[in-house]
Amino acid sequence: MRSRRVLVIQRYLAERDTSPHLQTFALPEDLDGSLLDALQYIKDHLDPTLAWRWSCRMGMCGSCGMMLDGEPVLACEVFLRDLPTGPSRVEPLAHLPVERDLIVDQAGFLEALASVRPWLVEKAGRETGPAGEGRQSPSEVADFLGLSQCINCLLCYAACPQVALTPGFLGPAAVAVAHRYDLDSRDVGDGGRAPALQADVGVWSCTVVGECSTVCPKSVDPAAAIQQQKVRGLTDWMRGLLGFGGPA
Amino acid sequence: MRTERHDILILGGGGAGLRAALAIAECAPDLSIRLASKVYPMRSHTVAAEGGAAGVARQDDSLDLHFRDTIAGGDWLCDQDAVQHFVEHATGELAQLERWGCPWTRDPNGAAAVRRFGGMSSPRTWFAADKTGFHILHTLFQTSLRFPQIVRADEFFCVELLVHEGRCQGVLAIEQRTGELVAMLARAVVLATGGAGRIYRHNTNSGIVTGDGMAMALRAGVGLRDLEFVQYHPTTLPGSGVLITEAARGEGGLLVNGEGRRYLQDYGLGPETSPGAPRPKTMELGPRDRLSQAFWHEQQAGRTAITEQGPAVWLDLRHLGRSHLDARLPLICELARVHVGVDPSTGAIPVRPAAHYSMGGVATRISGATSLPGLFAAGEVASVGLHGANRLGSNSLAELLVFGGNAGRAAAAFAREVGEPPIHPLREQARDHAVAVEALRGKAGTERLVDVRQGLVGEMDEAFGIYRDGQRMRQGLDALTELAERAEHLALEDTTRMYNTQITAALELRAGLQVAISLATAALAREESRGAHQRLDAFQSRDDGRFLCHSLVRYLPDSGYQLTWEPVTITRYMPAERRYGGEAS
Repeated sequence: MRSRRVLVIQRYLAERDTSPHLQTFALPEDLDGSLLDALQYIKDHLDPTLAWRWSCRMGMCGSCGMMLDGEPVLACEVFLRDLPTGPSRVEPLAHLPVERDLIVDQAGFLEALASVRPWLVEKAGRETGPAGEGRQSPSEVADFLGLSQCINCLLCYAACPQVALTPGFLGPAAVAVAHRYDLDSRDVGDGGRAPALQADVGVWSCTVVGECSTVCPKSVDPAAAIQQQKVRGLTDWMRGLLGFGGPA
Repeated sequence: MRTERHDILILGGGGAGLRAALAIAECAPDLSIRLASKVYPMRSHTVAAEGGAAGVARQDDSLDLHFRDTIAGGDWLCDQDAVQHFVEHATGELAQLERWGCPWTRDPNGAAAVRRFGGMSSPRTWFAADKTGFHILHTLFQTSLRFPQIVRADEFFCVELLVHEGRCQGVLAIEQRTGELVAMLARAVVLATGGAGRIYRHNTNSGIVTGDGMAMALRAGVGLRDLEFVQYHPTTLPGSGVLITEAARGEGGLLVNGEGRRYLQDYGLGPETSPGAPRPKTMELGPRDRLSQAFWHEQQAGRTAITEQGPAVWLDLRHLGRSHLDARLPLICELARVHVGVDPSTGAIPVRPAAHYSMGGVATRISGATSLPGLFAAGEVASVGLHGANRLGSNSLAELLVFGGNAGRAAAAFAREVGEPPIHPLREQARDHAVAVEALRGKAGTERLVDVRQGLVGEMDEAFGIYRDGQRMRQGLDALTELAERAEHLALEDTTRMYNTQITAALELRAGLQVAISLATAALAREESRGAHQRLDAFQSRDDGRFLCHSLVRYLPDSGYQLTWEPVTITRYMPAERRYGGEAS
């Protein structure tokens, strides 16, 4: 027999509340589907003021990150049938300023992303096909393909203790996206990305906890990207020290 | 309400909007660009496109074949000048994306790989595994960060176009984070807000695909063309409607009914092909309209499988093997596992059709220009005449690049020709619209939003689905009209400003109803069966004598929804019978 599912949801409205509070919602026994479906049920039938972000329902748009019982999840990939019995706690992504209910401020991430110059600076003289497209071998694609899977959902920011401790820290996803371009055989933009990546609030703020890679719903490995960027920074610094010239 | 002024305003931050922004940034770097999007650009629905983007790439393929496939796929309702322009420019756009960093899947020699797709006579679909839309969107978005003149307005909800002296010169928007209303003025406006798939209950679309832009254009007096043609994608997960890409069949996937039969051979798509040897335009590689119709007949005949989530057929990929599935179709393997508990390397995926794509939209010319000076449109919101009565899979990702770029360049040229938008009259107009939005905050009423929304999606599924008949469509149109009346009396309890998603949901519902009524008006009047518009009453055949023409629905404040017909542009390929399977040329 199925029991009545209970969600305890953190509520907060920056324009009105001084601190967040919890609100309990009981869902009907026959309600099926994902955590997103449950939130929509609440908005439709129990409290029309509940607010959260969602869109694609298939784990690609990165909108619906939130905390479920203390763990960062995509709400579209959590199904009610898989929840443990007893109340489940739903909160906004940790470590990010809350705007309303389950909606966090993402402007800081967008700034961090732009600061690492995440675009291709194309190498000159590439061999091109009939329409002007360049060639790239499957193994060259494989070098960066894993990091290119980042959907910017910010689950890794909610998992990373340094995001909370270090204001301005670039954070795992921004480094992963930057490193994806550094690893792309078509790209020569490393030098442009290095200043942001090697700054105090860049990769050096990372204390190698590794939770970012554990929680990633797309199996991106930002922790490895950060460590590889540290090696790059050290190598460039040593080369400079030994008089071999600075970073390109 | 605050007011801002720019050279060009782009509404929508998906593939078409971003491509327009990049085109402007490159051809007119001195123009200021404001990119307003309901969600952060990388959340846009382009992200959900899976299978690929079409562009002739191989020596044994030709632009003429792509042209002919598209027109036959569209059941001769395509504007052939637009199709010609499209096939000539698609490949160049895909090559441009390569140079912006898109991780196309490659052949061993390093060239971009191409795969088979439904209704295409040759492999010509470029792909990045089965996350092509995602990679295109992120490539475009990240490239846009290079250009400081592209200033984003993230999470701005557009409410009404501002029209003054016969020109579109801005939009009234809600900044969702603060709830503040913003009059955004510009010399030219590009509409790139996507389709309207959420007006159906069973659909593959993101929650944001609510027809906002189509309805805004309609209310501004611009006609919506060919809306009755709604594409049902034949393979989506039952219950959720989550998309299982056509590339699964392009790679060799099989469709079998509840009795284990490759049933497509019973619908003019045979002869049956051997597993592992797919043939173009045959069996599982037929066009989407024909495959969705075949499902409907199988369901009527009781030959679909019964699953927990309702009737379905089986998509069998097991013979492709795990390593091929992991390399070429990783996303749908993950979706099958997460949503229905199936590992496609060992079990078949249950699938059924769901509403997927609006072939119609805001009527535009090849340049992206609409009938309203200053307003340009591209992508799914637009109808440039490319898709006719049925779109071929992988033409839409290429479309938003080709025509998004066109719309951007045309808007830039237009912006150079006109003066700055006059602040006073536009502000007054925006203020009137703002008063109407404010009236929704904590509005007393008798109707619940959920009831009206359920009414809308239920009517669309029932009356305007894969097969239609006149009597049911008439009932459907009446029901939609009544729902629109009820939507005027919504109770909206939320009195707050920041992220008031009840107000935006009410505005989305109003837009959806207006698009639905336009669609219903055109569908009822099209007394023939063509492409995705199939009737079961007295009009079961294509009727080129009466209906080789586009429908165009306008909304006039005094007389309501008005339907007219417009000629189809035929340049060199006269209507003929569509042939697939063994009859295909």
